This record gives sequence, C-alpha cells and structure tokens, in this order.
Amino acid sequence: MPEQLLFAMEVTLNGLMAGVLYALVALGFVLIFKASGIFNFAQGMLVVFAAMTLVGVQTGQIPFAHLINTIFGTKIHHFGWTVPTILAIIVAGAAMVLVAWIIEKYILQHLIGQPDIILFMATIGMWYFMHGFAPLMWGSEVMKLDVGLAQGINETIDTTTYNWFGYGFFIDNLDIVAAIVAALLVAALVLFSQYTKQGRALRAVADDHSAALSVGISLRFIWVLVWSIAGFVALVAGIMWGSKSGVQISLAEVALKALPVLMLGGFTSIPGAIIGGLIIGVGEQLFEFAIGPLVGGATQAWFAYVLALVFLIFRPQGLFGEKIIERV
Amino acid sequence: MTFKRVAAASVAALMVASPVMADLVFPSLSYRTGPFAAGGIPYADGFADYMTLLNERDGGIGGVAVQVPECETAYNTEKGVECYESTKGMGALAYNPLSTGITYQLIPKATADDIPLYTPGYGRTSAANGDVFSHVFNFPANYWNGASAAINHVLDLNGGDLKGKKIVLLHFNGAYGKEPIPTLTKLGEKHGYDLTTIPIDYPGQEQKAQWLQIRREKPDYVLFWGWGVMNQVAIQEAANIRYPMDQFIGVWWSGAEHDVKPAGEKATGYKAMTFHGVGSDYPVFGDLQKYVVDAGKAAGDGSNVGTVIYNRGVYAAMMLAEAAKNAQEIHGVADITSAQMRDGLEQLEITNARMAELGMEGFGPEFKVSCANHGGPGAIAIQQWDGAAGKWSLITDFSGSDMDVIQPLIDADSAAYAAENKIDPQCN
Repeated sequence: MPEQLLFAMEVTLNGLMAGVLYALVALGFVLIFKASGIFNFAQGMLVVFAAMTLVGVQTGQIPFAHLINTIFGTKIHHFGWTVPTILAIIVAGAAMVLVAWIIEKYILQHLIGQPDIILFMATIGMWYFMHGFAPLMWGSEVMKLDVGLAQGINETIDTTTYNWFGYGFFIDNLDIVAAIVAALLVAALVLFSQYTKQGRALRAVADDHSAALSVGISLRFIWVLVWSIAGFVALVAGIMWGSKSGVQISLAEVALKALPVLMLGGFTSIPGAIIGGLIIGVGEQLFEFAIGPLVGGATQAWFAYVLALVFLIFRPQGLFGEKIIERV
Repeated sequence: MTFKRVAAASVAALMVASPVMADLVFPSLSYRTGPFAAGGIPYADGFADYMTLLNERDGGIGGVAVQVPECETAYNTEKGVECYESTKGMGALAYNPLSTGITYQLIPKATADDIPLYTPGYGRTSAANGDVFSHVFNFPANYWNGASAAINHVLDLNGGDLKGKKIVLLHFNGAYGKEPIPTLTKLGEKHGYDLTTIPIDYPGQEQKAQWLQIRREKPDYVLFWGWGVMNQVAIQEAANIRYPMDQFIGVWWSGAEHDVKPAGEKATGYKAMTFHGVGSDYPVFGDLQKYVVDAGKAAGDGSNVGTVIYNRGVYAAMMLAEAAKNAQEIHGVADITSAQMRDGLEQLEITNARMAELGMEGFGPEFKVSCANHGGPGAIAIQQWDGAAGKWSLITDFSGSDMDVIQPLIDADSAAYAAENKIDPQCN
C-alpha cells in the first residue's frame, strides 16, 4: 500500500479520536441549549472548574489557601491527605451539582422570561466570574491530573497495523478511553432521557417550556438537573483534556473547539454533537496533512470554522438541528 | 466639606498611593491572571522578592529604597501599554514588560519618554544593536542566541558534523515562535542539516497532526519554541509517540517545572536552553528565604523560590539593581533619573567576582554591555529534566553563540528598523 495512503489512514483514525474529545465539550453546550435555549458561554469554564476541583480534592488541597494565607498570614496549602480517585470524582460531581444549583438560584431564576440574548450575556458574566473564582479557589499553577488513565501509543494497534501494512499506526490509549467514555456517556444520556421520569420532563421542557409548566413540571428543577448533567459532562471532558495538558485555566479554550462542532452538528442534537465532532476532527486533521504543508501549516485553528461556515450556507440549522420556521 | 478638606484628603491619598518620589521605581508589568499565569506568577514573585531583599538587607540601592508597583497585564498587549502609561508618571526608571508583544509596542514610546526597556530573553531580538535601539537592552541572551546555542549543543553531540541530519523546529505560530527561523535557516546552510518548521496555533491544546508528522519524518532533533499550555501538550505528545526526550530541546520559555510535571517521569531527559542558573543552591536564595520569605514579605507564598521562572525574575531584578547602582556611581547621585538609568544599563559590567559578592556565583555568565552591544554575550547553557528527582540540572556550561551568523541578521533587521523610523545611529 502506498506510504501516503497509510499516513492518511493513520491521520483519519487520529482525527476521529480528536473529534470525540471535541464532541465531549460540545455535549455540554447541547444539553443546556436543548433544555433551556441558553447558549452557555461559560461551558469552557465549567470544564476548568470541574477538573480543578477534581485535582484539588484528590490531592488534598485546601480551597482558597492563597486567600486564607494572605488574610491571616498562615502558610497552609494541603490537608495532608489524598483522596481516592473515584471518591474525588464523586466529590467533584457533587460540586458541579452545587454550581448548577447556585447558577439556577442566583442567576437564571431572576432572568425567567427575559430574551435569550440576556441569558446569553449572563453566561458571559459567569465565564468572567469563574475565570477569577476558579484560580482563587485552587491556585493558578498547572495541576497534574492523574486518574489512572493509560496514555501513550497503543501497542496492540501499533503491532497489528505493522504486521498488516509494514507501518505501525499511532493511536493514543487516552483517546481510545475517551471514545469509550463518550459512547457510554451518550448511551446513558439517551437512556436517561427516554426511560426516566426526569428525562421525559427534560424533553418536555426542551420541546415547549410553557406546555411543560402547564402540566406541572418544575422549570427550576429541570434547569438545576440539566446544568448538573452539563457540569458532569464538563467534568468528563476536563478529565480527558486535563490528562493531556495538566489542569490550568487555558483549558477553558477547548470550548473554542466546540463551537464549529455545534455549528455543524446542530445546537439541539446529542448525536449531532458526536457526528459534528467526528467530522471536524477528521476534516481538520486530513486538511492539515494534505494541504497544511502547502499553506504554512497550523491550519487546525481556522479550518474547523471554515468547514462549519460552509455547512451553515447549505444547512443553517446544522446537520441534526431543528429547522426554525417563524411565521409573521 | 470645605475645599481645604478635600484638597488635604486628596494630597494624603496621593501620598499613600504613590511611591515616595525619592524611591527607585521599577514597575512590574506582571500577569498573575489569564492563560499564562502559571509562568507569570513565579516571574513576578522572583522580581519583587529580589527588590524586597535589597530593601530589607541592604536598605535599598545606594541607600535609596526600591519600589516595585505591580500592574496586571494578563499577558495582553493593550493592557500592557495601559500599564506603562499609568505607571510611568511614578518616576519609573526602567520597564521589564515581560511580553514580546508589549515590548514591540513600547519601544517607540519608551524611547521617546527616555525610559529604558529591559527585555532579557524575549522581545525584539535585533534590539541587541544599541546603535539603533538606544533605550532597549536584551542582555544576556536573545532568541537568535538560543537557536545558535541549540545547534551548538547538537553539534557537540554529533562530533561537530550535522550533514544530512533532520532538525524540526516546532513553534508557536506567531512572531515569538518564528523568531529563530532565520537563524536556524542560515545555520542549516552552514552546517548542512535539513530544517523543517512545524507551526502550532494558539493555544496549542491539540497537536496531534504536528506530532504525527514528527513521527513520520523521524527527525534527529526537535527544537521547540512554545509557551503556555502548548508546552505541556508538546512534551506529553512527545512522550506518547516515544520521541527520544534527550533529542527534544526547548527554548527557555518552554523549560519550567510546570511544563514537564504533567507528563510525569516520561518527561525525563527533556532539555531546555537557559541563560541563568537552576535550583536554589546559591547563597542569594538563603538571603531571600531569611529576609523575605521567612519575614513574611514575599510577593507569593514562597513555594516558587528556586524554580526556573522565579530564578529568571530574580536574575532580571538583579540586573536592573546592578544597573541602578552603576548609574548612581556614574552620575554621583543616589536619586537617579530614567535617563541616568539608561546610562547605567549601557555601561553595565557583570563580572564573576561581582556575581560571587551577590551570592550568585556561576548563576550567569560575566559580560559587559556597550553602546553598540545591548545584547550581551549570548551565552547559554543547557538544562535537563530529571523526572524521578523532580528537578532540572545544568548539563553544560554557559557558552557563546555563533555571532558570525547572528550579527549580520541583527545588523540587517535593525538597519531596516532604523530606515523605517528614521533613526540616526547613536554610537560614534
């Protein structure tokens, strides 16, 4: 088989894996937009806060240690214990539920009935608030995240493809884990929305707020629920991305990768987020491989947006989004 | 309230808020927030702590207290310029903008204001030509020195022969990351290696395509010009594809503890260039601990003392303090002006004996600044990460770079700037 074709196959596989990671971030946006019509600008910061909380709890870091030390002249940093990973994930998940409750009680509740743009602006405010609050709570250092996930080249794939083609493909073990986790997450979300009372209520709210309210569904409860789920999805995304780069404030910028995924897949479709992520992942990797060297490289940053814009021209609602028809 | 009361309150507030005019003022354009805070915090701490040490231990510089008013830039060029404008009225003697973008904006402003800029290891490389850049100093090393030092190191490892070797420059896709390309290209023509440049766009969280290309091309060495999260991801990806870490060499902004720690022990062997010492095994750090950290006067919590970026802040502060002392001696006054500070920088001489007096023997090379040479010796050492021990070690001495290649590049770039800005040469 020609060498370039083998390289293209390897790039495609890695693009699919990268797309899964983008989709994980995009899922959080979709869940909130679907249930409440809010484009949550702060989703990237939820990823950072969730991952920081996980590492902080896991390593026994004292929250607000820098603030406490500055005010009281103390020199405290750690409790002196470490917390098992699974327990730390549960605590971080609980923290995200608390964040969801706070957001609903102190922000969304006061904005019921306001235009969507007001809610969007509120999430921009949340982004800025959390951008300062998260480092204040856990510090600005790069935090090493280790939840025991394997990283590095997958030996089996490397050896097998070498035996088949004479060239071993590189696939990162972490990406394989991310793909499995994403599949489980989507399956769980589908099961939850199809077969639980809360899930059906969530779908009802997504379809029509007023109708859902009229049959006794609590909008407040649904908002807390959906923001909690989005917080949990942010935690999963934070674990995957944080394992690659360490947990730090710039992790919030992974949200930039989710935007073209949403434009392509549609803002209201969970499968759309996954398919959109995969298309963007493969598209940008193949484009960089084939065209990148001809135009100076580093095309990933803009190619995803160009691809999404092309889709927008032909299908403004995205591949799986709901077509909005407004009659005047 | 009467006008007198308002006026009195205003004067009192100004006295509290502003530094006493007699103090030596070195504004710190720091970034303790934003995506690069992990690097900005230890630098600002090191810079401030060294000045605090001088105040606490020596009573300032030449008997005059030092003030380091901080202004947060978040590594944003516009905010950096605002910080400059808002602090220069405090009697600022010199600025260390800590950002290449801010430096480029401040070069004409600071020159017009007669305030020197000190940009060690960053900023505009050709500012090393003092004949054109009268108010900019970037000693002891710049990016072109770094590129040459990396090639010198690789030459040493290969018995002085790089013919047919493949070298990749993996770099941030911006002005900073592209700085070494001309030098590496010229050095490639001289030494016969093949250079491939692979850019990474900001922020650099996804580098799969770049590392797959490196895996395919199997370069003998990868040189790296990254910053922020780009560093951690690159080192992790190198470990993932099992690229030999001792053939992966970063510039000094890609060689801090927080860059390698997320990859764990797999980062062992990774190398970085440096223009100053590593660790805290120098007497000055004992004084910093005693007079600043233990006294509760540190800018941070003391946990960064001895880390790579903290040390860089200390080194920059030491240079400015020595230049201020030099200016006091040249002009015979303790309360120097920014113009006099410029003279102190331009006639600065750092000797090994003076470094020993400062408790920093071997922390950096000795050199002399001149009117024509604001860039110093370009002497650079290589440090290597030991993941098990969790520390960097110097594996080479500080040695110079290939000025036969670099000087013509500096001359050409600075001449272009001089022509564009109608600058007459200042050195006769």
